[in-house]
Amino acid sequence: MKKVEAIIRHFKLEEVKNALTEQGIHGMTVTEVRGFGRQKGHTEMYRGTEYAVDFVPKVKIEVVVADNMAQRVVDTIIRSAQTGQIGDGKVFVSDLSEVIRIRTGETGEDAL
Amino acid sequence: MMEPRFGMSAPQGTSAPDPDAQVARGDHAWMLISCALVLMMTGPGLALFYSGLVRKKNVLSVMMQCIYLMGFMSIIWALYGYSLAFGSGPDNFLGELIGDFQYVFMRNVDAFYGDTGRDVPMAGEIPRLTHMLFQGMFFIITPALIVGGFAERMRFKAMVLFMLLWGTLVYCPLAHWVWGGGLLQFGEAPSYWLGALDFAGGTVVHISSGITALVCALLIGKRLGYGSEPMPPHNLTYTCIGACLLWVGWFGFNAGSAGAADTVAACAFATTHLSAAAGAFAWATIEWTSRGKPTVLGTCSGAVAGLVCITPAAGHVTLMPAIVFGLLAGVFCYFGCTTLKARFGYDDSLDVFGIHGLGGTLGALLTGVFATRAVNDVGQGMPLGLIEGGTQLIPQFLAVVITWVYAAVVSWVLLKLIDLVVGLRVTQEEEIQGLDLSQHGEEGYIFL
Repeated sequence: MKKVEAIIRHFKLEEVKNALTEQGIHGMTVTEVRGFGRQKGHTEMYRGTEYAVDFVPKVKIEVVVADNMAQRVVDTIIRSAQTGQIGDGKVFVSDLSEVIRIRTGETGEDAL
Repeated sequence: MMEPRFGMSAPQGTSAPDPDAQVARGDHAWMLISCALVLMMTGPGLALFYSGLVRKKNVLSVMMQCIYLMGFMSIIWALYGYSLAFGSGPDNFLGELIGDFQYVFMRNVDAFYGDTGRDVPMAGEIPRLTHMLFQGMFFIITPALIVGGFAERMRFKAMVLFMLLWGTLVYCPLAHWVWGGGLLQFGEAPSYWLGALDFAGGTVVHISSGITALVCALLIGKRLGYGSEPMPPHNLTYTCIGACLLWVGWFGFNAGSAGAADTVAACAFATTHLSAAAGAFAWATIEWTSRGKPTVLGTCSGAVAGLVCITPAAGHVTLMPAIVFGLLAGVFCYFGCTTLKARFGYDDSLDVFGIHGLGGTLGALLTGVFATRAVNDVGQGMPLGLIEGGTQLIPQFLAVVITWVYAAVVSWVLLKLIDLVVGLRVTQEEEIQGLDLSQHGEEGYIFL
């Protein structure tokens, strides 16, 4: 199994979710995150004092899929999350050793 | 303020069969509403204005200081504060400095039942208790303003002790000097050169609180991480709501200081509004041109700067000068809160000195320039401001110097004493944890 983590722009979340659902993905986890990469932050000013805000808010999606689905999921995310501007985000893919459904105790791909 | 218009020697209504017959009801209605408006400036006005500017771990501490003072200062005022400020005092130099005990425990303020029936002590044409209430609201907001100077690091116990002593030893004498027939009151002072015009509290409220806040900031020291860690305001929406409440409440503060619902009150209302408007415009404009963007906080700060600046002059100047007051206040206080503060590096956390100290000083001096007998003929025909050939600027300057020195010296001594006895500042761990938890055992934001 693979875990696909994607850091994307907020306003792309619905589009990515819909595209993944069309590919048969029926579960995901979403968190609000902050971070920085090539996209610069911005400065804020309060009564003349400037603050550099480096951490840019983004959304992180986590999807766990069977090995043979991983490439399709990655392609789908890239297609639906892309604007072509700096700040579109990144996708990380990693191996995942085990999944267990708490309700039934099922394990592996049966639990997805 | 109201006293000269009511006259300190006004008859106290010793034998009226129907006390209500003496009350000018239109004036009285306006004064009661003004009392409520001025109270609203502290809570929620100032409480929101300040609490939005601190970090979220200290949001409650600032609100607490405001609301606690609404209670605490009111009790001091009723017990003896009003008497020290507005008692007429003995007919010698001591009486110039401080009031006597004629109103202690609300004696001669409360209604009573005597030989001739029910009797109500009067202050001019309104009951003395209304005068006491109105002035009491000023006794609340002035210490509450100082809170911004030591925000996010003062022990609550030390704050309470300081405000008790500061209210007694700084505010009451100052109010007595300027409004209670004392040393600095126009027309009552022992020398013409000391008689200052302070319509609603440029010296008593704003200079005194601004200077005291600066002394507090210097003695208590900078917040941990000041200058190295970011400390942006945690919720400017609060601050904006608070600023708007202050703007509205200030109509009670300034127009109410006419003591009546008359043409001087209308003038004070209009000058207050125009100065606030010009202050907001000026601060936003200077940010827009020099830094590229006009900010919400800047516009709010400018409005407050304009309100502060017009306070001593509200019932003494015409409308176009009121716009000048606001424009100058916006620019002057902007540089006070940015260039001056950065240059000297003090942590006047919420810019009480930058806005109230400097804005109040500017306003007191401009009063000596623009005050005119056409609006309020307090000198019985004598010219007042420079623009009509008067010399009022000199007493204004002296009153400013006396207020600066007195507030600074007494505050410095009080803070040193309190530091020795209970300690001014919270511990480092408490400061890192935040005052909400360490001083009050609560959190402002619990989202489950």
